[in-house]
Amino acid sequence: MGSSAPVLSLQGARKTFGAVVALDNGQIDLIPGEIHALVGENGAGKSTLVKILAGVHSPDKGEFVVKGAPVSFKGVAESKAAGISVIYQEPTLFPDLTVSENIFVGRQPKGALGLISRKLMNQATNELFAKLGISMSPDRRADGLSIADQQIIEIAKAISLDAEILVMDEPTAALSGAEVERLFTVARSLRDQGVAILFISHRFDEIFSLTDRITVMRDGSYVSTHKTKETSETQIIKEMVGRDISALFPKLEAAIGEKVLEVSGLSSLGKFNNIDIQVSAGEIVSLAGLVGAGRTEVARAIFGIDPIDSGSITFLGKELRKHTPTQSISEGMGFVPEDRRKQGLVLELPIRRNVTLTLIKKLASFGLIPPKREREAAETWTKKLQVKSENLGRSASTLSGGNQQKVVLAKWMAVKPRLLIVDEPTRGIDVGTKAEVHRLLSSLAQEGVGVLMISSELPEVLGMADRIYVMSEGRITQELSRSEASAEKVMAAATAKGVKA
Amino acid sequence: MNSKPASSLERVKESVMRILRTREIPVATAFVVLVAVTAFVNPRFLAPQSVKDLMLNATIIAILAAGQSIVIISRNVDLSVGSMLGISGFAVGTLFVAFPEIPIPLVFVSGIVIGAVLGAANGFLVAIIKVPSLVITLGTLYVFRGINNAWAGGTEYFSGQRPKEFGDLSVETIYGLPIITIMALVVIVSMGIFLSRARSGRDYYAIGSDPAAAELFGIPVAKRVFFAFVLSGALAGLAGVLWASRFSSVGARTGLGVELDVVAAVVVGGVAIFGGSGTVIGASIGALLLTTITSSLTAVQVDKFWQQAVVGVLIISAIVIDRVSALRAARKRKGERSNV
Repeated sequence: MGSSAPVLSLQGARKTFGAVVALDNGQIDLIPGEIHALVGENGAGKSTLVKILAGVHSPDKGEFVVKGAPVSFKGVAESKAAGISVIYQEPTLFPDLTVSENIFVGRQPKGALGLISRKLMNQATNELFAKLGISMSPDRRADGLSIADQQIIEIAKAISLDAEILVMDEPTAALSGAEVERLFTVARSLRDQGVAILFISHRFDEIFSLTDRITVMRDGSYVSTHKTKETSETQIIKEMVGRDISALFPKLEAAIGEKVLEVSGLSSLGKFNNIDIQVSAGEIVSLAGLVGAGRTEVARAIFGIDPIDSGSITFLGKELRKHTPTQSISEGMGFVPEDRRKQGLVLELPIRRNVTLTLIKKLASFGLIPPKREREAAETWTKKLQVKSENLGRSASTLSGGNQQKVVLAKWMAVKPRLLIVDEPTRGIDVGTKAEVHRLLSSLAQEGVGVLMISSELPEVLGMADRIYVMSEGRITQELSRSEASAEKVMAAATAKGVKA
Repeated sequence: MNSKPASSLERVKESVMRILRTREIPVATAFVVLVAVTAFVNPRFLAPQSVKDLMLNATIIAILAAGQSIVIISRNVDLSVGSMLGISGFAVGTLFVAFPEIPIPLVFVSGIVIGAVLGAANGFLVAIIKVPSLVITLGTLYVFRGINNAWAGGTEYFSGQRPKEFGDLSVETIYGLPIITIMALVVIVSMGIFLSRARSGRDYYAIGSDPAAAELFGIPVAKRVFFAFVLSGALAGLAGVLWASRFSSVGARTGLGVELDVVAAVVVGGVAIFGGSGTVIGASIGALLLTTITSSLTAVQVDKFWQQAVVGVLIISAIVIDRVSALRAARKRKGERSNV
């Protein structure tokens, strides 16, 4: 191992989407019979690299060689034909088809009269499953299968396609301990048969027990490749986060006042467990962790979107029970969701209307809204936030991502909430506007608003937060004050295996 | 989570359970109960002539339901079938008047081709231009009906203007089955085999199950959807020919509103309205149930006004049953994930 020539090699790959550079300098080489880990923070460019391998994206430039020949895939089918199979965290099976049909869709074995023979198909499926050392009924509908079983089906499909390169994009994120073990057994036996496996994961214990080499990425670029045996967790974390926290984050000192939110023992089956969070007036509290750690779910529960199984939420000294978002808003809570296009803005409505959406009651007299008063309120707030648009009558969809986010923030600032929950406030926003969003959050805190900020970006967390809760796999694994927090500490807590597993 | 290698007893139990879980079971049971209860109250309900009428009534709707099934399984809908049937039916009447000597098979081919061409227009707009089928076929429902109106005006052709042999197709029986019913059975069985046993047929389930994933798998989604509409059109054309054989007149209003009966039959027959599952056999039983229920409500002397309400309740229960079982599966899935 390690001596043979790579079956796949990608060098200097670059991919941009408009002005956003998703991948600047992607590099990976996979050797037959090895399991290769790819690690990096959220947004390091791992998924873009995977999508290039899968044939979903084609790189703007770079060298891509598979089995000794340069390739440029025009689609998923070409990548598959070249022997690459990708298994995603959430596999895309057809829920209405049977297990065996999901494996053989489009190439079902035929029997008499050129008709599909279910017998032959199930037989072939059973053979594949036997090879993988698992048993599952081939006749069962895929609907309702666990994620682990769905991944196994994807692997069986890959094997039946004679895949030589298997890419697994965070396959273990949704698996239990026993399921992870089964997956690893399968992966090891495939490796021993000469398959090259690219394994993406955030769990260092898995990476160190399973893989042969590790490639680190940061900010869209290749950093380094190590033999797993010759490196350490500390070294890898250092390389993942190693970058300066620039003066991008103009954190203003704010007086910290009384407690506005106290969450204790909050649990929701399968989402998060025993969450304790406190936020005071004027404080920016960050909920850090990796995507899928359960942070958004906690925020939705606090705001009253999703029900909880146990625990309590006390807001301004009053316990909220079975509250709805409408009640939360009238109590003085605000929520800026992650997906502002879907949940934060009414894209088809004019910018003006979006700003005044939460103000309707205040502006209205006799149940009607005087257009002049609406216009004035909208102008005040968009000016304050420096939203760049010539005409507030245009629809919100015409704004850039950063300006859309400012409109969403304007909407909430206008109602002067006591607590504002923001979920990934700067995702997909260019650097300049990011700083403005940070300035806004900071000045909100100065005015005495408690801010609960969910963020996957370490610099943002470290630069903005007074206090940090780090979540991993549905639990809070660490609480850090501003002074004790460091990128390494947050990353280590975010990748810590949850207590359950 | 894995099923252990099953002992033979477990295997029998498993296959019995699978049959019981089949989506056709509720509608088939409902049909059997309906016939049994009606026959108990009014024994004449099962007299030979009455049974023959039941079959004739179901024939045309069942053919349309077979075409509609493939469309709905692919997560589309074809609301224009009534209008296509109308044009085909009036064309048949016109052909017999213009060419009294025309061979009957040629009439069948003409009706089917007319339907297929109209269906191809639907298919082009839905699969190639990618406009939602609900909108397109709602539009063509009116456009095709408009063409029929403009063409027929006040003209109606009656059964006396067609050869006796053509009308006899709906009268004469082989082994107790009317000839047009046998034709419908052939259509249903071939469609059933196509959808369950041909690779391209199975593609429709994949498309309806997850259209985006189907594209990723390299399934030719547009081609398949186009073909589904052509097939639905061709079967509507065939239904138009049979309509001209079965009923006394064809004109501008032939087949008006029949599309709703067809969609109802398909849904009641266990085809999921959002695609991905269901069978042609189920849809045909749905057609049989819906057409029989009217006769049986008459036979047990239920007020005409209540008959439509009963049909409505039937549609709603079919969808509720479907929804409840989907929710149950989702809850099961959530349970499995939460013990992660």
